[in-house]
Amino acid sequence: MSNLIAIFFGMALVNNMVLVKFLGLCPFFGVSKKLKSALSMGIAVLLVMVVASVVTWPIFHFLLVPYGVEFMRTVIFILVIASLVQIIEMTIKRTNLTLYNALGIYLPLITTNCAVLGITFINIDQAYTFSESIIAALGAGAGFTLVLIIMSGIRERLDMADPPLAFKGTPIAFITAMLLGLCFLAFGGIIR
Amino acid sequence: MHSFTKNFLKGIIRSNPTFILLLGLCPTLAVSTSLDNAVGMAAAFIFVLLASNIIISLIRNYVPVRVRIPVFIVIIATLVTIVDLILQGFIPALSKSLGMYIPLIVVNCIILGRAEAFASRNNTTNSIADALGMGVGFAWAIVLISLIRQLLGTGALDLFGHHLFTVPGLADNPVTIFLLPMGAFFAIGVLLALFRWMGVSTGE
Repeated sequence: MSNLIAIFFGMALVNNMVLVKFLGLCPFFGVSKKLKSALSMGIAVLLVMVVASVVTWPIFHFLLVPYGVEFMRTVIFILVIASLVQIIEMTIKRTNLTLYNALGIYLPLITTNCAVLGITFINIDQAYTFSESIIAALGAGAGFTLVLIIMSGIRERLDMADPPLAFKGTPIAFITAMLLGLCFLAFGGIIR
Repeated sequence: MHSFTKNFLKGIIRSNPTFILLLGLCPTLAVSTSLDNAVGMAAAFIFVLLASNIIISLIRNYVPVRVRIPVFIVIIATLVTIVDLILQGFIPALSKSLGMYIPLIVVNCIILGRAEAFASRNNTTNSIADALGMGVGFAWAIVLISLIRQLLGTGALDLFGHHLFTVPGLADNPVTIFLLPMGAFFAIGVLLALFRWMGVSTGE
């Protein structure tokens, strides 16, 4: 159990997807201008990460490994994730229209989100068990959402700030990301 | 030949994928800790982009519009797998230090973006020019960032085991933060501001 907790917080804080592994930078800078859209994007990524981990882990260990075709994982995983995103989008559209209106436009973008493909690779590379990989996906998604929300909160205030003209917009967002990363560095001590 | 030069030059500065379009930042920031990694990543990237642009421009009239994105993704994923296996087989050290960022080229927005926006609408010659231009644009960006990070982070410059030079004074007290992930954000933030200040880009 303590092992699972360590994986969760390790993924969410210490090895944060965005700030340490540089995965999912496009939504991090693209969708972090408003708090509401940041939250929707974060939840959508969390959802797809967990579902993708649940599906790709058995595919790798029960299909690719027995036949000795592990090198096919890139092709298989991206196809699985792309179809999963489609299925999730259709399911949400049918069952919960409010949720669809909130997440709808973000779901197709997630197909090419490297954070989702990244977490499925991490699950394999770290040799996580099935339950560990689900916890890792939850942690990674939670960490992604957390950073996205913090960033959007900062950027809403940053719009009113007055940086040097050359830094306005994206450059200052990168500098902010650096400071945010420095803060997250402090979490390094909690996992031994 | 005129359009070839135009399509080639466009990616290098005016629509530079990294500094102007801000696409495909994940590998640019993640593996730019050393010059070796940057050169390796740039080579792998150019190969995948060039091959995918060539293949997609050749089959562009035979792929039904509705299924084009999955087709493009399968082509790109196959090429990425080829690069991954070649690196594992011939340059295992590089393959190890680039790690999962090589398979992650498959979700790089630049490659799918060029396939969708350019190669699926233009002939092969122009697509080759486009891929080479975008590839060189990506390469100089990642090499520049890695130069800055390695130079300030270690105080010395090495390329594939050859020691190039050491900065006196800096090597004893390197600015280690540039080797940490935060240093990448700082480097690209300052570079973006610098280009804007010089008038190369105008911002969004």
